[in-house]
Amino acid sequence: MLADLVFWGLSVVAVVSGASVFRVDSMARATYALAVSFVAVGAALLLMRLDYLGLITVLMMVMEMAVMAVYMVMFMGMNPALMPMSMVHGKRAAVAAAVTVFVVLSGGALLVDWPARRGAPAPDTVAALGEALMGSKMLVMMAISPVMIATMVAGIAVAAPRGRYDRFGDDLRSPAADPQRGGVGR
Amino acid sequence: MSDVGVVEVAAIWAPAAAALLALLAMAAAALDGALAARGSGLPATAGLSAPVNETARLLRQRRRVTVAADSLLWRAGGGGLLVAALLMVVVVPLGRFTLADLPVGVVWFNAMDIVVWAAVWLAGWGPNSAHSLVGGYRFLALALAYELPLMFALTAPAVAAGSLRVGDVAAAQDGGWWYVAQMPVAFLVFCLGVTAFSVWGPFAPPAGTDLAGGVLTELSGVDRLLFLAGRYALLAAGSAFAVPLFLGGGAGPVLPGWLWVLVKTALLLSVFVVVRRRLPALRPDRFAEVGWLVLLPLVLVQVLVVAVIAVGRG
Repeated sequence: MLADLVFWGLSVVAVVSGASVFRVDSMARATYALAVSFVAVGAALLLMRLDYLGLITVLMMVMEMAVMAVYMVMFMGMNPALMPMSMVHGKRAAVAAAVTVFVVLSGGALLVDWPARRGAPAPDTVAALGEALMGSKMLVMMAISPVMIATMVAGIAVAAPRGRYDRFGDDLRSPAADPQRGGVGR
Repeated sequence: MSDVGVVEVAAIWAPAAAALLALLAMAAAALDGALAARGSGLPATAGLSAPVNETARLLRQRRRVTVAADSLLWRAGGGGLLVAALLMVVVVPLGRFTLADLPVGVVWFNAMDIVVWAAVWLAGWGPNSAHSLVGGYRFLALALAYELPLMFALTAPAVAAGSLRVGDVAAAQDGGWWYVAQMPVAFLVFCLGVTAFSVWGPFAPPAGTDLAGGVLTELSGVDRLLFLAGRYALLAAGSAFAVPLFLGGGAGPVLPGWLWVLVKTALLLSVFVVVRRRLPALRPDRFAEVGWLVLLPLVLVQVLVVAVIAVGRG
């Protein structure tokens, strides 16, 4: 009973703060409204005794939103991020897409004739998750990781204003010409 | 002790745990006040009442208001540190007793120290003041450098104990060498991480005087009190978490386990307070390279060694 109440409370928080991402007029509020939404989802996962997944959701999402604040000043020219601004664009198409997706997903969830549960959860869900990720799904993880890292490195390389030729000269052999020196004596 | 394991106590004890954390934070602030008094030529005892005086002063101070401040986010950030610290101690076993014996207690602690990222940046963002905002970004720059080493430093004891449950990690050190001796690099990096997420000592530039106080610039009255108390509470919670993770938990002669946990916590906490005045401030832009090129490889090698030994033992 109490668990049900907490679950519904968390669900309302998740949905309302998720919706408020599009209602507020500042990047900071939108970012952290999204963070609150994810924290509520993480807490709901904790409620289902999926401890590891729940905490990792909280950890990753709060960290991600903090990093978003870094990107806000790193990559957004003129810092519109620091001024009040609208959080929506392409309103009509976006609203149509959102409503369609919501109707399809919630309709599916309500109308599908879900099968009864077969089997029971593993006694140690953390270990079971680890086995699944590191065992049968290891190949997938190994394939995805380099692709993701390559994407990130490529994204930064494309966006960074100064590349290695700017730092080390045309022959890449000169000492690094950085506006500020790094912390390990270079 | 290990044969009994850790006992989860009723939630009604939570206020007692909070009071204990507050007591440790007060003691740390008193010690810091004493050191400050001695540093300025007064007898050390003159500074012992600093936390009480400062609390009384800030409670009576009128709140400063800035133009176009984002009060909601500002307050959330200012109070966030204390909340994170309180949530951290939930999984720290006091001898045999713990409030929540989570199977993933180590990850819980990690998630809470990530919440500090958000809190400090929000405290910097909220007042709509340039100095505060720069302070908030200084913290994020430091955080991007210290967090990954800290995560791997937390991994090492968990790997050695074969469990993410904090009680299991403490029990795994029973009768053997404590993890502080088995994995000193991980312990040092963990201590670095604790001082860093407490915006303390060498990691204080986000609240640095060169920035007119950084994230503290516009904080006044009870908001400032919450933020400062939160820093001490985080320092205390981090020290308390080091005890089951690296310092053998409640193990020790004569005294009961819960008292040993408190003694070890207080000792580590006083070390943190004392080193504050002994170490230079780290520049966020330079520390990034140190974190990624020095600390991260070091702690990864540490985890590798620990993992190989753990596999070897089977």
